Amino acid sequence: MSIATLFEIVLVAVMLGLGIWTITVRETYSAAVGFIAYGLLVALIWVRLDAVDVALTEAAIGGGLSGVLLLGAAARLRGAEPRAATAPGKATRAAAAAVSVLTAAALATAVLLLPDSVPTLAPTVVANAWATSLANPVTNVLMAFRAMDTMLEKVVLLLAIIGVWSLASDNAWGGRPGPRHQADPQGILVFLARLLPPIGIVIGIYIFWTGANHPGGAFQGGAILASMWLLAVMAGLTDMPPVSSRWLRFVLVAGPGLFLLVGIFGLWLGPGFLAYPRTLAKPLILGIEVAMVLTIAATLGLLLAGAPERSVRR
Amino acid sequence: MSLARDIVTIAAVSAGAFFFLAGTVGLLRFPDTLTRLHALTKADNLGLGLVVLGLLPQAGSLRDGLKLVSIWLLGLLAGATVSQLIARTARRRETAR
Repeated sequence: MSIATLFEIVLVAVMLGLGIWTITVRETYSAAVGFIAYGLLVALIWVRLDAVDVALTEAAIGGGLSGVLLLGAAARLRGAEPRAATAPGKATRAAAAAVSVLTAAALATAVLLLPDSVPTLAPTVVANAWATSLANPVTNVLMAFRAMDTMLEKVVLLLAIIGVWSLASDNAWGGRPGPRHQADPQGILVFLARLLPPIGIVIGIYIFWTGANHPGGAFQGGAILASMWLLAVMAGLTDMPPVSSRWLRFVLVAGPGLFLLVGIFGLWLGPGFLAYPRTLAKPLILGIEVAMVLTIAATLGLLLAGAPERSVRR
Repeated sequence: MSLARDIVTIAAVSAGAFFFLAGTVGLLRFPDTLTRLHALTKADNLGLGLVVLGLLPQAGSLRDGLKLVSIWLLGLLAGATVSQLIARTARRRETAR
């Protein structure tokens, strides 16, 4: 057995153990922390599977942003926890156990019944990479071969932000999301919030830019940009814009909007909806991705900031 | 030449792994927040630094080497900031008690 295999076995064992611990642990806060570590381990497993694009997304979204969301939720629930601590009845527990066992059994059967030569489109993707002159096959699939899915995904992000905003109370509607953060202006958090964003913005743009030919892309880069924005907001250096502001809404629809426009353009000039003219494929994809990285950064930041809480003074 | 590089790598990465191990043991065994932070920052700063130092001879190009060093510097920055924040919160709670 090679060292790599041994490492993988240990990695999977630790991940399973951490998963079980996260489910069984009592405090919501500990469970959220366990989930973040779990997300980072899953990212490591994606690296071992040579899926670096997925690993980057998992670390940024699964470990980072959803972890912060869960920590925020845990902080809000802290007061309500003792009341909700009554254990569920025997029938509920038996039903939950039965559903879990059935789901696990169905998944295990599906995995065991997989055909030996798994049907794959990967060779086709590699063979057709010339069509877009991008070298990263994942970006090719996301932005060209299955561009429809990616566009709809961005629309889902937009729906998510509308869902969060709709939780606002009537008089806060259109106001600024989240509390106004205050921090000691001589403190370490403010220091970090001044030092890190220039580096983080360069890395975010680099990850987005390198996505054409290497692992990376608009989503991973956008997540880094969003975290730099949130760092500045949390240190009190800047404030979240009111959700009614025109430019913010423009940025939010820029990505899916431009995608849709280019798609219709393809219907008019090219062979079909979302078909890029061959000579223009790379600049068009790049243009859409520039709009998308801004949209993704704004959307992820606003999703974490939460519903509008402070009404705009008129 | 490549043997010498491999020896440097093995020695530095092993030393880094030792600091990670010692830091983890300290994190589990030390009595209060400040001493636990002390153990943790040794793992972050020295452990990660030695691992990066050990990987440098294996880096294919200057670009890759610079990326590795910047990972260490970013790790240092994040580790130092977070331990400062945790330590300040811990001290504030202690004085409030």
